[in-house]
Amino acid sequence: MIEIKDLHKSYKMGSNSLHVLKGINFTAESGELVAIMGSSGSGKSTLLNILGMLDEADSGDYTLDGVPIKNLNETKAAKYRNKFLGFIFQSFNLINYKSAMENVALPLYYQKIPRKERQERAMKYLEQVGLKEWAHHLPSELSGGQKQRVAIARAMAAEPKVLLADEPTGALDSTTSYEVMDLIQKINDEGNTILVVTHEDDIAHMCKRIIHLKDGVIEKDEKVTQVRASQYV
Amino acid sequence: MFSRDNWKEIFETIQKNKLRTFLSGFTVALGILIFVVLFGFGNGLINTFDEFFGDDATNVFYVFPGRTSMPYKGYKSNRQIEFDNDDLAEINKNFAPFLEYSTPRIFRSGLVKYKEESNNYSTRGVGPAHQYAEKTIMMKGRYLNKEDIKNKTKYAVIGRLVEKDLFGAHKSIGEYIDISGSAFKVIGVFQDDGGDNEERNIYIPYTTRQLIEKNTDKIDQIVLAFKPELGYAGAMAFETSLNKFLREKKYINPKDRNGLFIRNVADQLKQNQQFARVLQLIVAFVAFGTIIAGIIGISNIMVFVVKERTKELGIRKALGATPKSVIGTILLESIFITTISGFIGMMIGIGILSSLGEKLKDFFITNPNINLGTAIFATVILIIFGALAGYIPARRAARIKPIVALRDE
Repeated sequence: MIEIKDLHKSYKMGSNSLHVLKGINFTAESGELVAIMGSSGSGKSTLLNILGMLDEADSGDYTLDGVPIKNLNETKAAKYRNKFLGFIFQSFNLINYKSAMENVALPLYYQKIPRKERQERAMKYLEQVGLKEWAHHLPSELSGGQKQRVAIARAMAAEPKVLLADEPTGALDSTTSYEVMDLIQKINDEGNTILVVTHEDDIAHMCKRIIHLKDGVIEKDEKVTQVRASQYV
Repeated sequence: MFSRDNWKEIFETIQKNKLRTFLSGFTVALGILIFVVLFGFGNGLINTFDEFFGDDATNVFYVFPGRTSMPYKGYKSNRQIEFDNDDLAEINKNFAPFLEYSTPRIFRSGLVKYKEESNNYSTRGVGPAHQYAEKTIMMKGRYLNKEDIKNKTKYAVIGRLVEKDLFGAHKSIGEYIDISGSAFKVIGVFQDDGGDNEERNIYIPYTTRQLIEKNTDKIDQIVLAFKPELGYAGAMAFETSLNKFLREKKYINPKDRNGLFIRNVADQLKQNQQFARVLQLIVAFVAFGTIIAGIIGISNIMVFVVKERTKELGIRKALGATPKSVIGTILLESIFITTISGFIGMMIGIGILSSLGEKLKDFFITNPNINLGTAIFATVILIIFGALAGYIPARRAARIKPIVALRDE
């Protein structure tokens, strides 16, 4: 599903440049639940942004579902993001003046799906994350966990190939974190490929595979026995 | 880009961001409103000027005698010049090809009585042609005619307000009024666009006036109308030769500024109109400045709007919004708001102008109005520049990498 070869990325900070990713190689198969771990500054978010086509690598190959992701113009990148990827952010990034349902329906708007169908599908995914009754509430009326569940529903709504979660539990307390991880695990059980960036050990161990990043290189890539989040909920 | 779905998305955004909508809408509406009102005031000024000078015929000379200030051909200075019937007859004879009509005027003022009502009015002894010179409009009865002049009839044509004062609701035509001791039969009632004072005049045959005053042949003023086909230059030449002719006839030094006066309405009108045009130009300049200020205002708001929405646009881009759709969202929203509020401002402005009407007449503004085409043109200009002003920050926002936009707090 995801194939990365020799990925490099550096940021210019004034006169000196900061080499963040120093040759990353890894492959993720369809249906995997991968945690990317590392301390702050290890390059994990940068890697996720490149995978999410939110940022571009300096060199290296990136193939997503057999499609080479290279030299994309903005319009094309937008289309690929819409078709292939769903994002879950640490700070939720919901549009604050739109209701939960409208937020979920937004990616479908950019797929040019008719309004009625959009709303039906948005409701379906909201039901999946258990927020059907909250569909017409604004993000400001929801708790952190609820916001993140709306964001997950939004990421799922476009039925992407890969879900990318950047510290999805970073802004949540542990109980809510486990609820969110439980949801992510369930989505993964249905066969969705999910990449989770985290620096929390317990969250990482709820995935099936952990990639440890350190100073821009993969330090360790291990399969782990998944801890089900449902036991904590 | 213009599908129903897009519009719905834009409407929702507008509805849910009321302050933003209000701010940009208010700026545009105010700009257009001020423009329309100012421009209308400019036109109102011109209307006032036209009204001041437009109630009399414009191809008219008023010739009136003065007191000489220089000796000439054996005559001493400080001599009062007087016109008589003979002068008018000679002018008519010598300048026939130039003249459309001519009439003498004799001004008197005195007590006018009808039954118990009485008041002081000015009386003008005139000829039939005076009707055209003053653009007198007959409401009832008739004006003086040639027969009245020849027969020295004791007929009077009274102004609308004279009739109102003296007769009230009673019938006036055919009734006799007492003008300074002589009985005159009312044969007509007139109105005049020149205002209330004009409508407090009474016209009688000049020959009758002369008869009453011991059969004199003196006249106070000569009113001459030249043929309009002479044009401005021809009229000026006519004025010069007329001046020369009269000075020779009445023995007035050609350089004497006080012996003889010719008031040329055409010349005056032209000067006044030029003055009004300059005023309008100034007003138009100020109005144009208002539009510029409006454009700058809407530009500022657009920059602010894009800045405020940076994060939202980042989210939208992460979810698959193309740069084109980002620009489209911002632009259509801005065009929609400016169009609606621009036309609202325009309508309010036009409403204010038409409700003012004559109310600002004391400030020389009569019937302020604006050509609908001009108003729409200004509105469209503001919309176009509003869109342009929105386009630049929108394009920049569309180019920002989503990751940068998402980091924006």
